[in-house]
Amino acid sequence: MQAYKKHESIAALMNRSNVDTDQIIPKQFLKKVERTGFGPHLFHDWRFNDDGSDNAEFELNKPAFKGAQILVAGDNFGCGSSREHAPWAIADYGFNTIISSSYADIFYNNCFKNSILPIVATKKQLASLMSEVAANEGGKFIVDLENQTLTTPAGNGFKFDVDPVRKDNLLKGLDDIGLTMQHTDLIDQYEKKHKQNYPWLWA
Amino acid sequence: MKAWEDTMKKTMYEKIWDSHLVAEVAGQAPLLYVDRHLMHEVTSPQAFEGLRLAKRKVRNPHSILATMDHCVPTKDRDLPIADPIAKKQIETMAQNCEENGLNLYDMKNPNNGVIHIVVPEHGFVHPGMVVVCGDSHTATHGAFGALAFGIGTSEVEHVMATQTLPQQKSKNMLIQIDGELSKYASAKDIALAITGKIGTAGGNGHVIEYAGSAITKLSMEGRMTLCNMAIEAGARAGLVAPDEKTYSYLKGREFTPSGASWDQALAYWKSLPSDDGAAYDTIITLDAAEIEPQVTWGTSPEQVTGISNIIPAPEDFDDEIKQQACANALDYMGLTAHTKITDIPVDLIFIGSCTNGRIEDFRIAAEVTKGTKIADKVTAIAVPGSYHVKKQAEDEGLDKIFIDAGWEWREPGCSMCLAMNGDELTIGQRSASTSNRNFEGRQGKGGRTHLVSPAMAAAAATAGHFVDIRKL
Ligand code: SF4
Repeated sequence: MQAYKKHESIAALMNRSNVDTDQIIPKQFLKKVERTGFGPHLFHDWRFNDDGSDNAEFELNKPAFKGAQILVAGDNFGCGSSREHAPWAIADYGFNTIISSSYADIFYNNCFKNSILPIVATKKQLASLMSEVAANEGGKFIVDLENQTLTTPAGNGFKFDVDPVRKDNLLKGLDDIGLTMQHTDLIDQYEKKHKQNYPWLWA
Repeated sequence: MKAWEDTMKKTMYEKIWDSHLVAEVAGQAPLLYVDRHLMHEVTSPQAFEGLRLAKRKVRNPHSILATMDHCVPTKDRDLPIADPIAKKQIETMAQNCEENGLNLYDMKNPNNGVIHIVVPEHGFVHPGMVVVCGDSHTATHGAFGALAFGIGTSEVEHVMATQTLPQQKSKNMLIQIDGELSKYASAKDIALAITGKIGTAGGNGHVIEYAGSAITKLSMEGRMTLCNMAIEAGARAGLVAPDEKTYSYLKGREFTPSGASWDQALAYWKSLPSDDGAAYDTIITLDAAEIEPQVTWGTSPEQVTGISNIIPAPEDFDDEIKQQACANALDYMGLTAHTKITDIPVDLIFIGSCTNGRIEDFRIAAEVTKGTKIADKVTAIAVPGSYHVKKQAEDEGLDKIFIDAGWEWREPGCSMCLAMNGDELTIGQRSASTSNRNFEGRQGKGGRTHLVSPAMAAAAATAGHFVDIRKL
């Protein structure tokens, strides 16, 4: 996994709440057997017209938001299915940070496994960020994970919370499986006990 | 002393959590042991790929049960799959299972069906287990008193390699529902009413335990429907305490323990229900008698109301975000505020999915359908959740009732629940669907979905619009 450090980037604004995983990556793109190449289909149904051309109305198609690595979005982002294709598509498109007031659990988890930092803002913080981005499209934001700070040109930044374990893994780009496998002996011990307690599961 | 004999007052969630804790290593998330791992073709290929690349092995192949459900056609099963990408996904699944020695119910297998329907049919999940699947509706299995939750593909890989998952403990919510459900109000209506009450983010960060006399009265099928939609209320998992119904459902199934093992297992299962006086972080109560048959009118499962109501207008909500969401939903759904729910016409009826694709669902829908004809211009499809459900229904003659009324009787699969296999709505088409999500485009781009119970879906098929089945 790629390490997440400090990012300076413009922020794209998506002022919608309950953005669901079916919108992030519609199901017709879930049939691939690879992990990559989902970026071109991110928000497909909103992003493109029926003839395949860009939908000029869709916020991420605004020229000012091109190349944004930060996505500022409404409450309960990523609700719906467990598909990891959603964070894969988000990362593949170029976002490495999402800022919202809340996330669906599974989506939130999946972000950390794909070097995406989902920052939780208070409703108030989010509202002022949103107005700042709307007023100054193209302004540069700085996300510093080490110090847990977001800095914005108009001073609407804040210090954010993040679970220390997740932060550490993200900073170091550590793969969860490798980490767990360091404890194989503990798993072996547990399994031995498990076999005694629940023998019918092993019959 | 057995591991599960402990004297502190605990909720069922805490009991399962504590007994599955492998390790709490400083600086890392607690490691939870996984008893059962369920799989389907859509969220697993990248996990197998990752495993291969890292030269890792499946630690415990016997913990896995796999099926093919999302992409499979529900008619002309004998023909090759037309969509080359779906075909590749199906073939990849077969190959991955073969290479790793996993138990797979492939498309031709008589046990095939939607993963969350098939697993209970074979008794693969028992009370007290930790169960995962790369699928958010894994919550279904909480009906057995198992801690069952959806995971992402990286986690699928993690569980295959280590049989564990790093997990943060969730908060615990109790939803207490007492009283008597009215005739034709079902588990689906309870699930929708809960989502309407607490919202799709209401359960975020929680595991929900459903309790109360209305829940104990539900059949196992009903409990599965209820837990299935815990995720629609934002929760990680839903749980119902195991009881005599649970044990008699499990008894004699393929993966259920038998003989002396049964007694041992039973003793453990009986120790699982939450202790009297155990504490919850959040408690919600509902009165079953007040739950009407529900219909969603918007593009989120929380945008739902009783059949006797009208569609709200944006100004009916206090919250600005909800006002906007209502306006967007009405626009997408092509509906006018303050229309009566019973005046909404429907084009397509879908009965199926892991929410409502079980035998009971077809029984009640057939009871409503018997001797009727579907309305003009309505298409109605019945998709059993598994081959076993299909066979059982056919043995009871239910298929004939549907076919005589003008319904299509299909092969099992996820079908129109997420419209990945080619069964889908066209732009502007409106469905009454027994599935679980009414998001924009869920059943096809531009499609408009109303979530309902099987009885309500069947009644709408005959009338061509929603009707209050209590008045039929
Ligand atoms: S029936 Fe629907 S919700 Fe259930 S597993 Fe299939 S796609 Fe998912």
